[in-house]
Amino acid sequence: MSDNFSFRLWRYEGEPGELIPLLQSAQNHFGYIPRRAIRYISGVSGIPESDIYGVITFYSQFRLRPTGRLLIRACDGTACHVTGSKLIIETIEDELGISVGDTTEDGLFTLNTVACIGCCSLAPVIMVNEETHGNLSPVSLRKLLRKIKRREERTEITASSHSQ
Amino acid sequence: MKKIVVGMGTCGLSAGAQGVYDKLRDLAAGATGACELTISGCIGMCYSEPTVEIRDNGSRVFYGNVTPQRAEKIFRSHAEGDELLAEDEIIYLEKANGTVGGTEAAFMAQQQRVVLRNCGTINPESIEDYENAGGYRGLRKALLEMTSEGIIQEMKDSGLRGRGGAGFPTGLKWSFTAGNEADRKYVVCNADEGDPGAFMDRSVLEGDPHSVIEGMIICGRAIGSDFGYIYCRAEYPLAIHRLNLAIDAAREKGYLGKNILESGFNFDLKIRQGAGAFVCGEETALFASIEGKRGMPRIRPPFPAEKGLWQKPTNNNNVETFANVAWIIDRGAAAYASFGTEKSRGTKVFALAGKISRGGLVEVPMGTSISDLVLDIGGGIKKGGKFKAVQMGGPSGGCIPAALGDTPVDFENIPATGAIMGSGGMVVLDESSCMVEMARFFLEFTQSESCGKCTFCRIGTLRMLEILERITNGEGQPDDIDKLAVLGAQIKEASLCGLGQTAPNPVLTTLRYYRDEYRAHIEDKTCPAGVCSSLVDFHIDPEKCTGCGVCAKNCPVQAISGEPKKVYVIDNSICAKCDRCVTSCSFDAVYKR
Repeated sequence: MSDNFSFRLWRYEGEPGELIPLLQSAQNHFGYIPRRAIRYISGVSGIPESDIYGVITFYSQFRLRPTGRLLIRACDGTACHVTGSKLIIETIEDELGISVGDTTEDGLFTLNTVACIGCCSLAPVIMVNEETHGNLSPVSLRKLLRKIKRREERTEITASSHSQ
Repeated sequence: MKKIVVGMGTCGLSAGAQGVYDKLRDLAAGATGACELTISGCIGMCYSEPTVEIRDNGSRVFYGNVTPQRAEKIFRSHAEGDELLAEDEIIYLEKANGTVGGTEAAFMAQQQRVVLRNCGTINPESIEDYENAGGYRGLRKALLEMTSEGIIQEMKDSGLRGRGGAGFPTGLKWSFTAGNEADRKYVVCNADEGDPGAFMDRSVLEGDPHSVIEGMIICGRAIGSDFGYIYCRAEYPLAIHRLNLAIDAAREKGYLGKNILESGFNFDLKIRQGAGAFVCGEETALFASIEGKRGMPRIRPPFPAEKGLWQKPTNNNNVETFANVAWIIDRGAAAYASFGTEKSRGTKVFALAGKISRGGLVEVPMGTSISDLVLDIGGGIKKGGKFKAVQMGGPSGGCIPAALGDTPVDFENIPATGAIMGSGGMVVLDESSCMVEMARFFLEFTQSESCGKCTFCRIGTLRMLEILERITNGEGQPDDIDKLAVLGAQIKEASLCGLGQTAPNPVLTTLRYYRDEYRAHIEDKTCPAGVCSSLVDFHIDPEKCTGCGVCAKNCPVQAISGEPKKVYVIDNSICAKCDRCVTSCSFDAVYKR
């Protein structure tokens, strides 16, 4: 998809302070911030590449490497922590065979932790892309992950049979 | 006409509100009787989500934990027919004559809703709903009948203090920015709700976004600014979506833009999404982030009222503060000041979470006691547990023990306990929470969120974290408690911004109230709450174990033995305390003690 992407789609209006929105649109498009996006932004905004890199690495939202198709954000906020988020994170690591920050070999899941997603009354909570799942236990979480995996495999099969 | 309202905040949606809504939409489309289906934000009873409300001739009936199947039952008997479901199925009921009832009536009884006046009542995606509820009346009054000085005086008289945590008088803050002349001034709304355990701002933005926008426009008028930014966490996609809708609708109706309500006053707004940095809740770091830089705080003075965003005079308030403004202007300062205590006027929203039965959002007059909030409104501890402490103020705050439950929650009494008011997150802890582990958890958070500018915050918090880690691992040393106290005091003294100045609070308050637990970890190598893995033994509950053997297969050190279909046993002398048996068991049979 990146080949037919026009950088002009980013609404760079030449005003100061647009760097973070620019990086956010780059990440929305590519799923991460590739080197050529940094080079491009530097070109149009006049901000040195090194400064842009400094901003990217300061904020936890930005990634310099691609993620899996599904980004799991396991909440480790206070409410989730006291209701067992440590076990939840360990369960995901065990079920998917990856550590926090890693992507599964099939490129399906990336696991990250997040400080709080504001659904504290449903703790412990995880987000899978934009979907929130609450009141999890190691048991229900394993079921959920397997369900998502099956769903994704099904859509993949349907997608490939359509394209044939 | 009857109205069916589905609570569609993030809490409702993650509990399955979309399925309930879709079911009701299909039913309503095929129904003969006229009834209108609509959505609302969260009413606050997050623990009962998804909720469905039937509104009819001034009465409101709420049903909780609704599934698509139950939605059909509610629709057939109550929305289409006239039959209420059984009494014990109604969580809250408000009759036209004012009488209330329902199983969860206690949750609503002590509330005084100013900030949350429309949350759970109006459709947040409809500006007409907001107008019909009295919305933009305060703005009309402010623009057409009041002077800038008059607005600021009204805010001063109301006694409103900043709801982001510091409690600075709002009217006074506005007067500072108003008094500084410049070619441009800014209004900034801090919606970077970073404290883990707090979700008031998210709920207000999702449930009543116009109230925040209206407050910001009034502020712009008062201080002489024509442009504002809402800096919102990227983790709140629904809040950002509804804010965008609200801003577009307000522009369309002429509440934003040029010559608002023919008053000659111009004001417009932009949303900036945060990029995930806790320190950006600090105002000077927040400005740096809007300017597109690394979000690092700077020395104050100059204060933002003089040199803020892009070196221009800037007024920064948080979401909840702005949500109060239009109500105060519309109803008058005296009405607001009639709530609360002498020095802390008005109401405050609290997010109840953790081991509490009724986790959700409540708004009570300032000065309500901790016990009232936790035990009466919040319904006490889940599963009949014992109330141990409440954590207030997130990573900047502290733990207040249950013994101090009579403490009134306001800007004077909470800081006296060593905690802070903070933005209103209350995480309730029970006997199964280890206070040393809690302190370690918060230190880990602030340590990783420290921007690195000040040495004491950057390295001091790391040293404190290392000490706490060794204590929870059973390797604590006799002088560790003293070291923590000394380091804590130094970090508070030598850090530039609020993050560092408050980072040691969780440790210092737990040292103050729970020193025995620290001693137990250090001297006896035990964790009284049974939380710290290195200090507890793992057991298998024979009642629950089915003998499937999964735990034994997952154990990396072969500490679990047994035969298929018989109860397995853990040998704690070999056990590496890794938790893999706990997470792999499908029957919750492994426990720690």
